[in-house]
Amino acid sequence: MSAAAPDRAGLFDCRDSFAATIESLAEHDSRVVTVVSDSLGSSKLGGFKKRWPERMVNVGIAEQTLVAVGAGLANGGKVPFVSAASCFITGRAMEQVKADIAYSNVNVKLIGQSSGVAYGELGPTHHSIEDMAWLRLFNNLTLIVPADPWQTEQAIRAAAAMDGPVFVRISRMPVPALERNNARFEIGKAEILAEGADAAIIANGTMVHRAVAAAKILASEGISARVVNLATVNPLDEAAILAAADTGAIVTVEEHSVRGGLGGAVAEVVTANTPVPMRIMGFPGFVPTGSAEWLMEHFGLTETGIADAVRQTIARKR
Amino acid sequence: MTLSAPDQTTLPNDLVALVRDKALWIRRRSFQMVYEAQLGHPGGDFSSADILAALYFGVLRFDATKPNDPARDRFVMSKGHCTGAFYSVLAAAGYFPEVELTTYMQPLSRLNGHPNRNYLPGVETNTGPLGHGLPVATGIAIAGQMDDADFRTFVLTGDGELQEGSNWEAALTAGHRKLENLTLIVDRNRLQQGARTEDTASLDPLDDKWRAFGWHVESIDGHDHGQLLEVLNTSPKGRGKPLCIIANTFKGKGVSFMHDNVAWHHGVPNQAQYEQAMAELV
Repeated sequence: MSAAAPDRAGLFDCRDSFAATIESLAEHDSRVVTVVSDSLGSSKLGGFKKRWPERMVNVGIAEQTLVAVGAGLANGGKVPFVSAASCFITGRAMEQVKADIAYSNVNVKLIGQSSGVAYGELGPTHHSIEDMAWLRLFNNLTLIVPADPWQTEQAIRAAAAMDGPVFVRISRMPVPALERNNARFEIGKAEILAEGADAAIIANGTMVHRAVAAAKILASEGISARVVNLATVNPLDEAAILAAADTGAIVTVEEHSVRGGLGGAVAEVVTANTPVPMRIMGFPGFVPTGSAEWLMEHFGLTETGIADAVRQTIARKR
Repeated sequence: MTLSAPDQTTLPNDLVALVRDKALWIRRRSFQMVYEAQLGHPGGDFSSADILAALYFGVLRFDATKPNDPARDRFVMSKGHCTGAFYSVLAAAGYFPEVELTTYMQPLSRLNGHPNRNYLPGVETNTGPLGHGLPVATGIAIAGQMDDADFRTFVLTGDGELQEGSNWEAALTAGHRKLENLTLIVDRNRLQQGARTEDTASLDPLDDKWRAFGWHVESIDGHDHGQLLEVLNTSPKGRGKPLCIIANTFKGKGVSFMHDNVAWHHGVPNQAQYEQAMAELV
């Protein structure tokens, strides 16, 4: 189980879950090593370094080498977890992610930390709202965006257990532990958190608990909305998306640009099979300065904003 | 079969002769590939042919039937565009049948314009974009250092390629970690795709740059098989530094009209040029 503890509001930082899981894996598998680019603290890997200093490689502020060294370590038989701020491990090292990791199809686990707008006030250079769109183009790169501490642990364990390249997109935004009746994680399988027939909300990452809350608001009005946690963006659970389309209306929600991310992935499946009215919620592009919470409010990425979008999308049903 | 160094009972002169013969074969075979495909990078194939022949026939410890043997020496072809020479040496070393070289760049061939490890045994990492080989090789060498493993890691880059900043990131890390199991060979032919390196973004003094990054530097004639074998086979143990070999070469080496001629970076021969080159490559 995750050793991550909630804060006073009962919320969790998924990086704690990541760090605890990595340490647990490292205890049982000497091949597990970590690679950072002066990103030890922001990856919460201080505990790992204390226990296994010889199994941590800090390449300095050099993301291209960060990712490439991961590929080399895999060649040498290691299971490297390569961890840095998502904005830099993707944007700065994208060609290494493409050529050295994805195209070379190596057993490297890339961890994008503090994704989305977690670094809100620092501005768009530090936001990572393009990463899902960039990464999901690599057809053999498994891409997971966990929603809470339990799913973060499951994603890290599943990444370690499979042979091949994986990217796990982790947030530092505090999130609650989701309530589940049948907790089970499988790469490529969406999780249905609420059943519903009037519309479907498909979300991942920090947006999932907001989607669940939105569905509760809608339920009080007699609208039944299915909530789909689409944590795995690649490979995509097309069956779950087509089942969502059967409701006749889909709202996608992501802490990401509205261009080419989760919503784009869902739309590709829906339009090719059973076109239904859709609304893609996220950020329009570079966003103004503000805290992460302020940005989410400003762009309607709240339980009330999502509920509004669902009502509007249902109204567009033919 | 255990991995072993090249037959140490071979007289050094015989080994030099073997490498010379293999280098000639690589030049002839790769030029035939380029001629038939009407695609390729023959100038760099020729500048690196002697280096590759020395590595595969006199330095690297490998078993071509076990390309993933954890104990193998690693060779990373960072200048991934020079597949004419690289595929030729891999075939000569037994990684795949020589006859397959006739499929170079043909549809569905394993022999892409740039190497792919998922298709082709003997390829450690997929290269093509420049500045990728040294950082990956650095990671391989770190894995070896962590395990106190016996294998060595070699990487061949072009010289124009050193204009890519990723090399210098890796140079810092390799120097900092004192990766004595890592050897970089720079194919210093002084020509990049469009012009001389020193007229584009100059690299000299190249040896001082590597020394400043904490590397041991050797500068040699990259077409002298004896020098190549000697410097590549000197044990790095105890040096406490990664090794950079600046192999001074000529683009198009071996054919008069291609020698040191930038037009042959990715020039391809017509029939008369092909025949003349083959007449000279004896």
